[in-house]
Amino acid sequence: MLEIKNLHAKVGDKEILKGINLTIRDGEIHALMGTNGAGKSTLSNVIVGNPAYEVTEGSIVFNGQDLLAMNTEERAHAGIFMSFQAPIEIPGVSMTNFMRSAVNARREALGKEPLKSTDFLKVMREKRKLVEIDPKLMNRSVNEGFSGGERKRNEIFQMAMLEPTFCILDETDSGLDVDALRIVAEGFNKLRTPETSAIVITHYQRLLDYIRPDFVHVLIDGQIVKTGTAELAQQIEEQGFEAYL
Amino acid sequence: MKSEQQYIELYQEASDLIKRKSCEVMNAVRDEAFQQFMSIGFPTRKAERYRYTDVATAFAPNYGISLAPLDVKPSLYIYTIKDAPIDVAPYYHKIADAHDPITALNAALVHDALLIHVPKNTLVEDPIVVDNWLRGTSPTMMNRRILIIMESGAEATIIINDREGQGARGEEQARLLTTQVIEVYCHDNARLDLYEIEDTTPLCSRFSNVYIHEGRDCSVKHNSITLFNGQTRNLCDVYLRGENSEVTLNGCAIGSGSQHIDNNTFIRHEVPHCTSNELYKYVVDGQSVGAFAGKILVEKDAQKTTSQETNANLCASSDARMYTQPMLEIYADDVKCAHGSTVGVMDETALFYMRQRGIPEAEARSLLKNAFMGQVIDQIKYEPLRQKLYVKVEKRFRGELEKCDDCRLCK
Repeated sequence: MLEIKNLHAKVGDKEILKGINLTIRDGEIHALMGTNGAGKSTLSNVIVGNPAYEVTEGSIVFNGQDLLAMNTEERAHAGIFMSFQAPIEIPGVSMTNFMRSAVNARREALGKEPLKSTDFLKVMREKRKLVEIDPKLMNRSVNEGFSGGERKRNEIFQMAMLEPTFCILDETDSGLDVDALRIVAEGFNKLRTPETSAIVITHYQRLLDYIRPDFVHVLIDGQIVKTGTAELAQQIEEQGFEAYL
Repeated sequence: MKSEQQYIELYQEASDLIKRKSCEVMNAVRDEAFQQFMSIGFPTRKAERYRYTDVATAFAPNYGISLAPLDVKPSLYIYTIKDAPIDVAPYYHKIADAHDPITALNAALVHDALLIHVPKNTLVEDPIVVDNWLRGTSPTMMNRRILIIMESGAEATIIINDREGQGARGEEQARLLTTQVIEVYCHDNARLDLYEIEDTTPLCSRFSNVYIHEGRDCSVKHNSITLFNGQTRNLCDVYLRGENSEVTLNGCAIGSGSQHIDNNTFIRHEVPHCTSNELYKYVVDGQSVGAFAGKILVEKDAQKTTSQETNANLCASSDARMYTQPMLEIYADDVKCAHGSTVGVMDETALFYMRQRGIPEAEARSLLKNAFMGQVIDQIKYEPLRQKLYVKVEKRFRGELEKCDDCRLCK
């Protein structure tokens, strides 16, 4: 599904990623752990095509396509989704309009007719229930006045609406209480198909109890220094990153 | 005095003809207005209230003057000034600033005027709509004059549209220059919602001066909406002369291409216990220029004044320019007044968030601009107009109001 080779990237003048190699096959969940500033968020931002990050070397191939040649929205249309670490507010843009624009833009890119208003609202209702999000929030502007937990839940709701094939969960567990974490993680698991792949970025083992990774990578100073199975996360939880610094 | 000269000559040649086509009440002030214009001429950019618009250049082309009579369908409350049901001499050219060059030139050249008169204690339920169709095949100057008299206890909504007239397709369009003076008199207890909506073409220049007088217990809302234009300079002066009155001035200005939108407002609190609220928002894109200057003057006796002035602007491109100048001058000591202005750029993090969800960049930009302007449109009280403007503003940001069919500038 996703193949990253020798990826180097910088923000401004600062080189953050220093040669990342990573292959993710259909249906695999990869957990990414590492110290603060190691480059976890940079890697996710580069994959989704944040224009603030510049790739200086290397390649990313997504389902046979050269991802780096595609713009942000084209990558989204191809099925890539990121759950943001800190989802922002967009005052004045209602959740409904935002979602409708996003869903129909993807449908158009895939050569499908836009959803009729009634059908769209029906889908909204169904997916809303899946992540147990308060219907009142849908009448507000995007994330405006949402609590931290509501914002994270809203990310998973958007994932449900867009049905991506490749997801990045960037510290989706941060700021969530145990119950909210369970709902968000279970929401993600319900949405997964056998083909869905994901990168899960987290500092804690807890999220990985719900979303069981096939591989765990340790990212230090812009490079993957260790790859293992789910047990590696357990080990880091107990011993920290000291062994890899 | 180059630009002025052709108008001076025009007046000397045509004043007899204008006077014949006009009426006594308008002719009574005409020569004096002309003298006034001759002595002051067009303002330079040094004139405080004309800093952001080059008037002389706008008036420099050789325009023919239109002396066509007003096409007024006989209806309740709307008259040509000749058929006025009341004596309008105490109102005509009285609150208008005779020292303003545009107002003076307008008074000298205008041959006909529209009167909207709402009698005492009359509630006009349906809005009164005035449509100005702008289209011409030779460069034309139009001078427009509207007198609005709200007797005590009268209540009305008035919508004045400047719109692109329908012409034959492919017909070569010419530059059009409009001067407009509106005088509004609200007697005690009157309520007026006045909307001015400009949706014209890059070939139109508009110079509009609005003067509003409020007596006691009045409420006036003035909404100035510039959806599409060429060059626009709007002035709005409000005189709060009776206690317990309020005024709301709202403005929505959308610029793209090489459009120019300049709004200049002045609110004078002359008596105690009045309230003024002002919100002007601009989105300037392309190489367009926006300017806002708003002054609120609270006189010594105007105690217990409440006033809020806000100007918020979005510069959507690096070539667009925005000038903003909020001003507050207070001589009373027991007042609650605030003013502020902001100029911002597109929120890049919001754009990225939307694009990550698959919303194409152009659409994301238009959604953000629309969200920004929504706050002003929300203020429009007359529901059908508000709904229409939500759609129009959205279309404007999507580029669907662009007028390139037969516009010379785009060829």
